[in-house]
Amino acid sequence: MNAVRKKRLYIVLGILAGVAVAVALALSALQQNINLFYTPSQIANGEAPTDTRIRAGGMVEEGSLKRSGDSLDVQFVVTDFTKEVTIRYRGILPDLFREGQGIVALGKLGTDGVLVADEVLAKHDEKYMPPEVTKALKDSGRLPPTKEG
Amino acid sequence: MNWTWFHKLGSPKWFYEISGCWLPGLAWAAGLLIVVGTVWGLAFAPPDYQQGNSFRIIYIHVPAAILAQSIYVMLAVAGLVGLVWKMKLADVALQQAAPIGAWMTFIALLTGAVWGRPTWGAWWVWDARLTSMLILLFLYFGVIALGQAIGNRDSSAKACAVLALVGVINIPIIKYSVEWWNTLHQPATFKITEKPAMPMEMWLPLLVMVLGFYCFFAAVLLARMRLEVLRREARSSWAKAEVKARVEASR
Repeated sequence: MNAVRKKRLYIVLGILAGVAVAVALALSALQQNINLFYTPSQIANGEAPTDTRIRAGGMVEEGSLKRSGDSLDVQFVVTDFTKEVTIRYRGILPDLFREGQGIVALGKLGTDGVLVADEVLAKHDEKYMPPEVTKALKDSGRLPPTKEG
Repeated sequence: MNWTWFHKLGSPKWFYEISGCWLPGLAWAAGLLIVVGTVWGLAFAPPDYQQGNSFRIIYIHVPAAILAQSIYVMLAVAGLVGLVWKMKLADVALQQAAPIGAWMTFIALLTGAVWGRPTWGAWWVWDARLTSMLILLFLYFGVIALGQAIGNRDSSAKACAVLALVGVINIPIIKYSVEWWNTLHQPATFKITEKPAMPMEMWLPLLVMVLGFYCFFAAVLLARMRLEVLRREARSSWAKAEVKARVEASR
């Protein structure tokens, strides 16, 4: 490579490195705003604002789902395996909602620490499996039986 | 290392000849792989235990998303080559690849929304993965608009190359957004270091589709670049002879 090209290459790479550092700094400063939801630990530590609508996300705890007999009211506990938050919701839950599944709930945090949600989204994980494999895994006890719907 | 092939790319005539040899093979491979992958993925791959059949949109969504990012990296490499080595063909490649990349990004966003509605319960969520992908679409629009807006070919090439290079920072952000931040979008199913979180009868058709999409992109890009090279070299004798031969052959 001749000297002129080498110089141009260094200038271009220098600009790229500079912009990368600037973007990295901006993103780390905005860290809190980019996160889609607060985890139960963050809510328990008081990092989530109480006066505005927030999103809370985590796993629906096994056996915590309580449905009301005469209305669409549901109550369940969301956990990140260190802290928990109780969520109340009225409405139809998404198809993939089940215990042991990740969800994101949008709502306002009450003073009693209960999140009153007006929207519940199911979070899908990265695992894909044919139904027969799931059944075989469950039969052999390698998969908790609550994974099915 | 032998760099002759790279320096030969400086000659539009050489590119036109060699790409003419590759084009039919790539086009056939693309057609064959996409047909096989689509039929295999939609009809023969097993359904998912949670999502049932709706997961099959992965066979379009994932290849389109991979291509959208790969094409942008290609734009940045072409921009670097154009800025440092002043190769004219690099600008042709950059300008001609940008609309294909924009379409791939659009397909990824659209199929993602269609899948997100039944699976998540929302068409669109402003999480880091979806937002950074939307920024990628706007970056493509920016490159296309900049290329069209500046009349002088050299300054337009320079501006597009700089924009393509600076925008490439978005690519690692898209890739790692699901790990750096809490997002609704799930983390990657395929990692280089780990076994895929999917059985082989599901990912094999996906692999066929990804290869098919790459061949499709290469074929469309070469066809577009050949046309653009002919247009830009319209005054040279080889281009005139080529066009004349084509016109006479079609009569």
